[in-house]
Amino acid sequence: MLVFVIRRLLQSALVLLAVSLVVFAGIYAIGNPVDILLPDDANETERQAAIRALGLDRPLLVQYGIFLLKAVQGDLGTSFVYNIPSIELIFSRLPATLELAMCALFISIAVGIPLGLWAGLRPGTKTDEAIVTGSILGFSLPSFWQGLMLIMIFSVTLGWLPSNGRGATGTLFGIETSFATWDGFTHLLLPAINLSLFKLALMIRLTRAGVRETMPLDFIKFARAKGVSETRIVLAHVLKYILVPIITVIGMELGAVIAFATVTETIFAWPGMGKLIIDSINKLDRPVIVAYLMVVTLMFIVINLVVDILYALLDPRVRIKGQTE
Amino acid sequence: MPDEALLTVRDLRTHFETRQGVVKAVDGVSLDVRRGEILGLVGESGSGKSITGFSILGLLDAPGRIVGGSIRFKGEELVGASPERMRALRGREIAMVFQDPMMTLNPVLRIDTQIIEAIQVHERISTRAARARASAALQRVGIPSPDERLQAYPHQFSGGMRQRVAIAIALLHRPALVIADEPTTALDVTIQAQIIFEMQKLCAESGTALIWITHDLAVIDGMGDRVCVMYAGRIVESGAVRDVISSPAHPYARGLIDSIPSRNERGKRLSQIPGAPPTPFSLPQGCPFRPRCGRADAACLEVPQETTLRGERRVRCFHPLEESV
Repeated sequence: MLVFVIRRLLQSALVLLAVSLVVFAGIYAIGNPVDILLPDDANETERQAAIRALGLDRPLLVQYGIFLLKAVQGDLGTSFVYNIPSIELIFSRLPATLELAMCALFISIAVGIPLGLWAGLRPGTKTDEAIVTGSILGFSLPSFWQGLMLIMIFSVTLGWLPSNGRGATGTLFGIETSFATWDGFTHLLLPAINLSLFKLALMIRLTRAGVRETMPLDFIKFARAKGVSETRIVLAHVLKYILVPIITVIGMELGAVIAFATVTETIFAWPGMGKLIIDSINKLDRPVIVAYLMVVTLMFIVINLVVDILYALLDPRVRIKGQTE
Repeated sequence: MPDEALLTVRDLRTHFETRQGVVKAVDGVSLDVRRGEILGLVGESGSGKSITGFSILGLLDAPGRIVGGSIRFKGEELVGASPERMRALRGREIAMVFQDPMMTLNPVLRIDTQIIEAIQVHERISTRAARARASAALQRVGIPSPDERLQAYPHQFSGGMRQRVAIAIALLHRPALVIADEPTTALDVTIQAQIIFEMQKLCAESGTALIWITHDLAVIDGMGDRVCVMYAGRIVESGAVRDVISSPAHPYARGLIDSIPSRNERGKRLSQIPGAPPTPFSLPQGCPFRPRCGRADAACLEVPQETTLRGERRVRCFHPLEESV
């Protein structure tokens, strides 16, 4: 297991290096940040001074080398716009995004798995059809449209929930969170639901398919032949058996939820990383874009690693394979 | 009281209503099992022998259901019994061993979990006591160092070992009846002989009656008390194993016995039954064996009724073979 983890960490470093190269080259091609940063009436001298100050006068490879050198020391550059270290900027926005993503993921698991079980155990019934149809809607309606509809229904028409921004936060167990105040919680609700809908549909589909595949298997019949109750069959035998694919997808989706919260954060003006990256792209704030992408890549790597370890804990067959390697 | 009937099945009909039509998997089966005896249920694939077993346990998968007949176990009618009542009987009074040991145990649950749940579902007993029982049960079926093996997962066992675990589970509550659905078909021949021997021994020890479902008459030859030969959902011949095998009365039973390799002379071509079993959607008119039978005539266009030859010998044929009458 330890060998496996070390090998994976080394691979991860290579992935990070490759991503940084691609991102750096890509960013360079997009446009010149000086055009946006300087006021329109700046003269040529000011322009040259700005380029030199930002280090943009040197060849691309040299810029990349400097970036790498600083990066391994934990410095991913300073934001052109805010003039503070970009990594600091991202981490200041990270909690809001994490909170939103976790909340969305929690909704999709807590609602999706029971609904999927329910549907999978009663295939072909009206309930099953209703749940499956609902999941098709969740899959196919664009996220931003779903967001707008949520705002229209719950904020505009019914007036129940606020439609934008992060509400007042408080400290709970040493963490600054929206859950600490009612205002924060109501602000969190709509964006979290919006972000969760797609994953919710995915969870329903995945659980339902897993249940339908598992129920006809011999070991379920054998458990019945032992006299085990249906409730225990579903909770102990079926759920544990289908958990491996579900955990995999949750892991992959956790990264995706964080990285692609962008749309939801933009619609609901949620002050998280997603909104930051959109703003930074608009202003060509290169260090922030690069740092953001590096952080997101790192996040994906860590999540995948955790999922692989979880696998081994859940599926004894995987565990043995790892040991004999 | 060895002659007392433990299980009495009368005119059992189990049908599957599918889109292509009604499959009469079991179509009028009657059989008796006495306390402690071994009854062989022999037939080709699709003859309805497994479905008969599942009908007795109340473990039919949709769309299969019992449409008629009666199953009396210790005087209690099981057709139409409540699911709760059936669950209480399963594992405690009537147990089952399945064909494929690779699939009977849940791969993600440890052996101890699967044995202990089978104990605790029928008895209020502490987990510690149940574990001791589980260990003793493994010991009884010849699994070395049972305490260690309890911690293992099914994939760490060989096929024969897994079948032993399944047998141990089936015998946990000393049931009055065990239905063994081809439990040795998936095993090596040497393991097969061991398992047959041990199951016979264990059932004799606990006074458990056994319905041994198989397509292999040779297996029954060595172990059974009585045998029922099934064809197309009906029992075509039944009687004491020795009588049926030495002088079969039904042409189908004769064909089955003639195709056992060990009973034939070396170098002689094995005889085989011409044709193939009828498909369940288009059973021939009258006797279902008529198209493959050398003795068939116009009378066979009617469905033959079961007639008693002498004592317990019963046959469902208009033209039973002479020497056995």
